[in-house]
Amino acid sequence: MTLLDVRDLKTHFFTRDGVAKAVDGVTFSLERGEILGIVGESGSGKSVTGFSILGLVDPPGKVVSGQIIFDGTDLVAAGEKTIKGLRGKRIAMIFQDPMMTLNPVLRIDTQMVETVLAHEKVSRAEALARARETLTMVGISAPDERLRSYPHQFSGGMRQRVAIAIALLHKPDLIIADEPTTALDVTIQAQILAEVQRLCAQSNTALIWITHDLAVVSGLADRLAVMYAGRIVEEGRTADIIGQPLHPYTRGLIGSVPQGKPHGAMLTQINGMAPSLLNLPEGCRFRPRCPRADEACLVDPPLSEPIRGRGVRCVHPHLETRDEVLAS
Amino acid sequence: MTPLIEIDAVSKRFTKELDIAERTARMLGSAVKPVTVHAVDEVNLSIGKGEVLGLVGESGCGKSTLGRMVAGLMNPSEGAIRFRGKDVASLKGAEAREAALKVQMVFQDPMSSLNPRLRVGELIGEAPRVHKVRPRREIADYVGDLLDRVGLDPAMRKRYPHQFSGGQRARIGIARALAVEPDFIVCDESVAALDVSIQAQILNLFMKLRADLDLTYLFISHDLGVVEHISDRIAVMYLGRLVELGRSEDVLSAPNHPYTQALVAEIPTLQTSKKVYSVIKGEIPSPLDPPSGCHFHPRCPHAFARCREERPLLKSVASGRFSACHLNDEAGTRNAA
Ligand SMILES: Nc1ncnc2c1ncn2[C@@H]1O[C@H](COP(=O)(O)OP(=O)(O)O)[C@@H](O)[C@H]1O
Ligand SMILES: Nc1ncnc2c1ncn2[C@@H]1O[C@H](COP(=O)(O)OP(=O)(O)O)[C@@H](O)[C@H]1O
Ligand code: SF4
Ligand code: SF4
Ligand SMILES: [Mg+2]
Ligand SMILES: [Mg+2]
Repeated sequence: MTLLDVRDLKTHFFTRDGVAKAVDGVTFSLERGEILGIVGESGSGKSVTGFSILGLVDPPGKVVSGQIIFDGTDLVAAGEKTIKGLRGKRIAMIFQDPMMTLNPVLRIDTQMVETVLAHEKVSRAEALARARETLTMVGISAPDERLRSYPHQFSGGMRQRVAIAIALLHKPDLIIADEPTTALDVTIQAQILAEVQRLCAQSNTALIWITHDLAVVSGLADRLAVMYAGRIVEEGRTADIIGQPLHPYTRGLIGSVPQGKPHGAMLTQINGMAPSLLNLPEGCRFRPRCPRADEACLVDPPLSEPIRGRGVRCVHPHLETRDEVLAS
Repeated sequence: MTPLIEIDAVSKRFTKELDIAERTARMLGSAVKPVTVHAVDEVNLSIGKGEVLGLVGESGCGKSTLGRMVAGLMNPSEGAIRFRGKDVASLKGAEAREAALKVQMVFQDPMSSLNPRLRVGELIGEAPRVHKVRPRREIADYVGDLLDRVGLDPAMRKRYPHQFSGGQRARIGIARALAVEPDFIVCDESVAALDVSIQAQILNLFMKLRADLDLTYLFISHDLGVVEHISDRIAVMYLGRLVELGRSEDVLSAPNHPYTQALVAEIPTLQTSKKVYSVIKGEIPSPLDPPSGCHFHPRCPHAFARCREERPLLKSVASGRFSACHLNDEAGTRNAA
């Protein structure tokens, strides 16, 4: 069953220098319990997509058009109050910096109990029991000790676990996680990925995992959406996208990952850098960096009808077989 | 042949100053002592000319401290750093200056420490002008050549640092290090803050420069996947100590030390199906109070009694391969191939 259906979402920032179309026609949907990875370089609009769903876009930014249908209700049309009622309860968020969630001057037990009571009429004792149980769920040993601590007494990894526990307190239907392991050490990152994978499977919670790191999310997500300059350029099942990327940008991202490449060999880099949103190239936004670009690309390509099970925004997708891709 | 750089039994200790509460407690007679961090603990390494040695480990394990000592930005508490066979600390005058120029460091965000009011051309041209690497009238052309070498348009010399993207700033930092014609570069997390696509560009640049200019690198990163790609040999640190050293391919294909095994298992790789994570438990212990014996024992799946008591020494386990783990002494328990 479809939990979230985002249709042609446009979120623009009206700055002094012009209109930055940070999210410019993004469409995707998510089933219950499904994990979607949103990947792309910094500035491609991943966070703004997440913030838009949560109704957290502040001026000069604004959702200018499109629909965000969550469990049957269009959040764009329904307005502030509806989103506020859902946020933190049915839709939760985890940020790269756990201190966006945690209050430095409050003990963990206070914060968690308040979070429970904000949306539910239960006793303090029940709320505290829920807090303890949730900390255990995310793999925190000695939860009682942790509950009595302040955030500064924890390592970065432990803070992120607590932030995840807070996100889980109301057993949300959807979690939006924005680069939550980017700042963590690899062994701690792996612990958190493993916990998140297990928790989502157990509770049938849908997850949007936002990251610039294709490798990290490929092991976690059922589906991937690759963003470039405010748009999704390829969207489909993880196995298809990693196994046979159709869009030249996706293929470039895969080529940039050192693993699996012969030791010391030059990586197949993507030349240049992402365009400024205030000064986009004509036609396909990837054109100045694309090895396949030609005149046909001067016309902005729409997201295609499904090719091999996925939508692609490109006039010359890579339709060669996987072996040919690997050989080149 | 003498290695280019020798790190000989080098240790670095930092003493953490007491805060006010602790000082007060001490005045009142309680036994609060200043705490000492053993940031680098008796590390031995040598790096041959033209080699790339990768240094990996999680945050706080002492990589940057070791890198700074190698670059001459900090003195060891014990041991010696030798450049071309000579103890750097004992060099004087022209010889000391020469050694200081020949070993350069490239940081994670090279611009954060730079004067934002200077143009890029001045930032890159300053050191070669002061050190007379080129005659003054040739500096402008020289800077242009350097920018070109790192893949930037020479016309960009007129711009200010803030006008550049992260990837361009990394290139400027590299040009700045190259400007004094070093033999050896310490790269400390030089690609850590970059997007994967830009990271690939910079890694390619490092590999190209090494080939073109016959450079030697100490390549520091928390990311074993990156280190593996660029390095000939890999050194793995954990809480100040070197725990494994060997050729990159060997370390990756058959890690000996249980910590290296965990790091290798957790390199994020492209997956076409859900990954089964084989995680090691526990947090990275505080370097202020590291576990006894083998520092890794509270997290190690193979720990046994001896690990809690005795520090495992770095021993040869195969040709060119070293590991600091007691399992290698237990006859028959494991074959270090
Ligand atoms: N507060 C803001 N004011 C103006 N522009 C903004 C603001 N926040 C985001 N943007 C624009 O939106 C773009 C996308 O931002 P973001 O979603 O944070 O990218 P990502 O998360 O993919 O790195 C940015 O490049 C910027 O141009
Ligand atoms: N200037 C300093 N003063 C005090 N402690 C320091 C200093 N520099 C590093 N340390 C400590 O030394 C240890 C190693 O740090 P560092 O070399 O930066 O590790 P890494 O680069 O591997 O993350 C850490 O515990 C750190 O807190
Ligand atoms: S439309 Fe053209 S420029 Fe754009 S990605 Fe496809 S081939 Fe490249
Ligand atoms: S010495 Fe013991 S604790 Fe340390 S890595 Fe080896 S087996 Fe594990
Ligand atoms: Mg972001
Ligand atoms: Mg460091």
